[in-house]
Amino acid sequence: MQEMMTAWTNWIGGIAARDRLVDRGHRMGITGSKTIAAGNLVTDGPYTEIKEFINGVMYIRAENIEEAVELAKGCPMLQGKGKVEVRPLVTADDFS
Amino acid sequence: MIQELYRKEYGKMVTVLCNRFGLAHMDAAEDIVSDTFLSAAESWGMSGVPSNPVAWLYAVAKNNALNYLKHNNIFEQRIRKDLLRAEQRYEMDIDLSDQNITDSQLRMIFAICHPSLPVEAQVSLALRVLCGFTIDEIAQALLTSKGNINKRLFRAKEKLRAEDVEIAFPEGMEIGARLDTVLVCLYLLFNEGYYSAGADSVLRKDLCLEAMRLAYLLIGNAQTAKPRVYALMALMCFQASRFDARIGDGGELVLYEDQDIRRWDEELTGRGGQFFVHASGRGEVSKYHIEAAIAWWHTHQAEEGEKWVNILRLYNQLLILEYSPIAALNRAYAFYRVYGKEKAIVEAEGLQLSGNLFYHSLLGELYTDVDNERARQHFAQALALAGSAAEKAVLERKLNDHS
Repeated sequence: MQEMMTAWTNWIGGIAARDRLVDRGHRMGITGSKTIAAGNLVTDGPYTEIKEFINGVMYIRAENIEEAVELAKGCPMLQGKGKVEVRPLVTADDFS
Repeated sequence: MIQELYRKEYGKMVTVLCNRFGLAHMDAAEDIVSDTFLSAAESWGMSGVPSNPVAWLYAVAKNNALNYLKHNNIFEQRIRKDLLRAEQRYEMDIDLSDQNITDSQLRMIFAICHPSLPVEAQVSLALRVLCGFTIDEIAQALLTSKGNINKRLFRAKEKLRAEDVEIAFPEGMEIGARLDTVLVCLYLLFNEGYYSAGADSVLRKDLCLEAMRLAYLLIGNAQTAKPRVYALMALMCFQASRFDARIGDGGELVLYEDQDIRRWDEELTGRGGQFFVHASGRGEVSKYHIEAAIAWWHTHQAEEGEKWVNILRLYNQLLILEYSPIAALNRAYAFYRVYGKEKAIVEAEGLQLSGNLFYHSLLGELYTDVDNERARQHFAQALALAGSAAEKAVLERKLNDHS
């Protein structure tokens, strides 16, 4: 437990130490979560429908996607079966 | 003797007079108090020191101030307005009671730490007006020239006049934000004293003590005695407890590892602990809380492993709250203490603080016995960046070990 917690704070602390942390974001809970579909159809989950779910989100700033990827490589999630997606934020001036 | 009095009383008198005249007349207040000390030097020199020198100073300053009020248009502008106000009877007096001195100083702290002034100007002004430092001493303490300090003070006063800043206690909702500006100033004031390696150690200690005294004023007032103020006070106590231990007999800097623990001041650590208790448990965690906790671990003889794991955790927390290069470098050092040099080198190099003195001396330290040639290069770079003689001496010793 303690070790896992240390791994997470070391990872986020390392990003913050590079002055790359914008918002440590939140872990997202699974129990009690709901999914809303068209027609206001509310179901429990997402856990019943899909195998993968988003565990949390965090905002960093980086020169480019490569740098962001390097920082993401330290994520403790990768010690297990998890994955980290690195996605750029789209701003008004982007064409994507 | 008169110098000690100057340091102790100059600021009090100027502050009370400023409260009375208005901030725009700060120069007049300073002139009156300076004149008072001048006449003290003359008169005491000729006829001996009075039995109660402070009372003498206050009486003369009062007279000078009242004369000034009478003969100046301040009377027209400010006092008559008061006189005309219904029922309010104006008494021609200058109140130099302890209570009014304290209240005036508190209001003055807020006026000086005004968000419209850059923090360096706030520090200089606080040293001059609240702490009674001479221009010479401020220049020495802040490692700059007298000319610079004079310019800085002149501009700051002009700015305060232009902004029409009142000497007043901030109201209601405003207190929180204004208090944060004050704390930044006191924090910087303390650090200037604690970390600057230039000025002589007596002067530096005075800077620290003044920062603590002003923080203590904030603690003495119910509206400003917030958890983060207690936390800053705790931090300063913990740091100051090592003040004597970190200065060697020859005035040189004694590194943490080499300090004589018997010279750590336990009373201050204890006081710090009490302040920290007051800072905690009210749901507020400021950077001062985290820094105080880090400083506590440093004043505490704990098992090394436990100690550095906790310090690393706290630096992580501090950086997540607010980035600063020095915190990032300290975190890398804590990382080394927990996970060893090779892993810490990766962390430290990731910081990309090339050109920062502490970055290079840290990497010099980390590369020692890992890659001594690189260690030497980093120490050499650090030496080129070092400003003070004390820093240079430490780095030259390190560099010699590698050649």
